[in-house]
Amino acid sequence: MKQVYMDHSATTATDPAVMEAMLPYFSEKYGNPSSLYTIGRQARRAIEESRQKVADLIGAKKEEIIFTGSGTESDNLAIKGSALRNRTKGDHIITSSIEHHAVLHTCKYLEKNGFKVTYLPVNKEGLIDPVDVAGAITPQTILISIMHANNEIGTIQPIAEVGKIAKEKDIVFHTDAVQTTGKIPVNVDDLGVSMLSISAHKIYGPKGVGALFLRKGTVIEPQMHGGGHERNIRSSTENVPGIVGFGKACEMAKERLPQESNLAALRDSLIKSVLEIKDSYLNGHPIKRLPNNANFRFSYIEGESMILNLDMKGVAASTGSACSSTSLMPSHVLMAIGLRPEEAHGSLRLTLGRENTQEDVDYVLSVLPDIVNKLRMISPLAR
Amino acid sequence: MTDGYSEKVMDHFANPRNVGEIKDADGIGKVGNPTCGDVMWIYIKVKDNILEDVKFKTFGCGAAIATSSMITELAKGKTLEEGLKISRGNVAEALDGLPQVKLHCSNLAADGLHAAIKDYLEKTGKKLS
Ligand SMILES: Cc1ncc(COP(=O)(O)O)c(C=O)c1O
Ligand SMILES: [Zn+2]
Repeated sequence: MKQVYMDHSATTATDPAVMEAMLPYFSEKYGNPSSLYTIGRQARRAIEESRQKVADLIGAKKEEIIFTGSGTESDNLAIKGSALRNRTKGDHIITSSIEHHAVLHTCKYLEKNGFKVTYLPVNKEGLIDPVDVAGAITPQTILISIMHANNEIGTIQPIAEVGKIAKEKDIVFHTDAVQTTGKIPVNVDDLGVSMLSISAHKIYGPKGVGALFLRKGTVIEPQMHGGGHERNIRSSTENVPGIVGFGKACEMAKERLPQESNLAALRDSLIKSVLEIKDSYLNGHPIKRLPNNANFRFSYIEGESMILNLDMKGVAASTGSACSSTSLMPSHVLMAIGLRPEEAHGSLRLTLGRENTQEDVDYVLSVLPDIVNKLRMISPLAR
Repeated sequence: MTDGYSEKVMDHFANPRNVGEIKDADGIGKVGNPTCGDVMWIYIKVKDNILEDVKFKTFGCGAAIATSSMITELAKGKTLEEGLKISRGNVAEALDGLPQVKLHCSNLAADGLHAAIKDYLEKTGKKLS
């Protein structure tokens, strides 16, 4: 059976060239980068070369890159680190209601520990309004964290506009760019951010490695204490193979950036055809969206059963329907754009990647309508 | 309790038994709520105190569809009393277990059948012996 992977926003396959770059650092050049002898120095050099490559992808300086263990860790470090650092200046944080849980749950945690958090609403296309950001600022505001693009619906936020506001008010501004780096141009100066999170496994690098851009002059409290690695901000012996892979992935992403935007054409052909299915809708913004993201909802049917049916046809996709005892509510993002729960339960996210072709899109289009029909046939909500 | 879906669950999900509506049903059990992501309608046809036919329509996840399918198989041919005794646990057992996180949806199937039988009893004014 044909296999089509269309869940690139969940993760990507590590590129063979990335793997190749990583391999020597497992069993040949395995030295601890803090060691003074040859294999230690080799590892140190490799890390610093990677740091440069990561910096180059986002228009940062090498010294402004802190390697972490994931996008989640970068978000935690940025938010907790700066909130704790600036606690004496104020206790108010502004974020959006559609952030990734790595940001949202970190903010909830800070709320439990005495901080106040404003969760800005979004419109039905998933956009925050910079005017709302400005309006939410108080003398107590010490941090703004708004994601660059949303992982579920793909909406790209007006980060540069928020950046201007933050700069004017001299407030630390963080953005989670895990979904945008390598897909659209990301430049820390154009965006006007003080901190920016990225993750390797979304850009054909390995899992378990990320980075935080920390602008020169922005000071945060370390969240991992120990031997003083990563400029004493993130202690722990560096994940050398992971970091080398991350560097290679960033280098390749930079070269491939023009091709990534070509995905939009493929994505648009997918969207156009899927919307021919009766009672189907696009979630998110029609234009301001990630070039690889398509997110639909189909009336009367539920997402998980769509995913399982697609899987039976060899297609890997995802949904914002969460049917489990821990939470019966569907995705907070779909609720924030104003969908009713039963609408949100019928969502399907298809995220394209490098290896996807028109053939893959055609294959999905050949199986999806039957799946939707089959599920509608057994749904009591379909009339 | 299982981590993922058992083969039996996947079989019932992929090829659900007794799907559809019974036009002149003697009892209908409507349970669940679209807000929670699962809605189950169980239709029954009763003859001489026997569940002669049982069908379902379900909006929901894999577990919801598989348990709906299974409950129709378990209930068909049983007496009303036996039908009321089919428990949530019986359904899970017949499917070789269900993931812990899916207990909510899985429980709906037995509830739906019981609701359909009660609907029948109310409509006909019959009492069980
Ligand atoms: C927007 C966003 N932020 C953060 C993360 C977390 O990244 P990681 O998986 O590296 O922890 C993800 C990935 O799911 C994401 O999509
Ligand atoms: Zn369910």
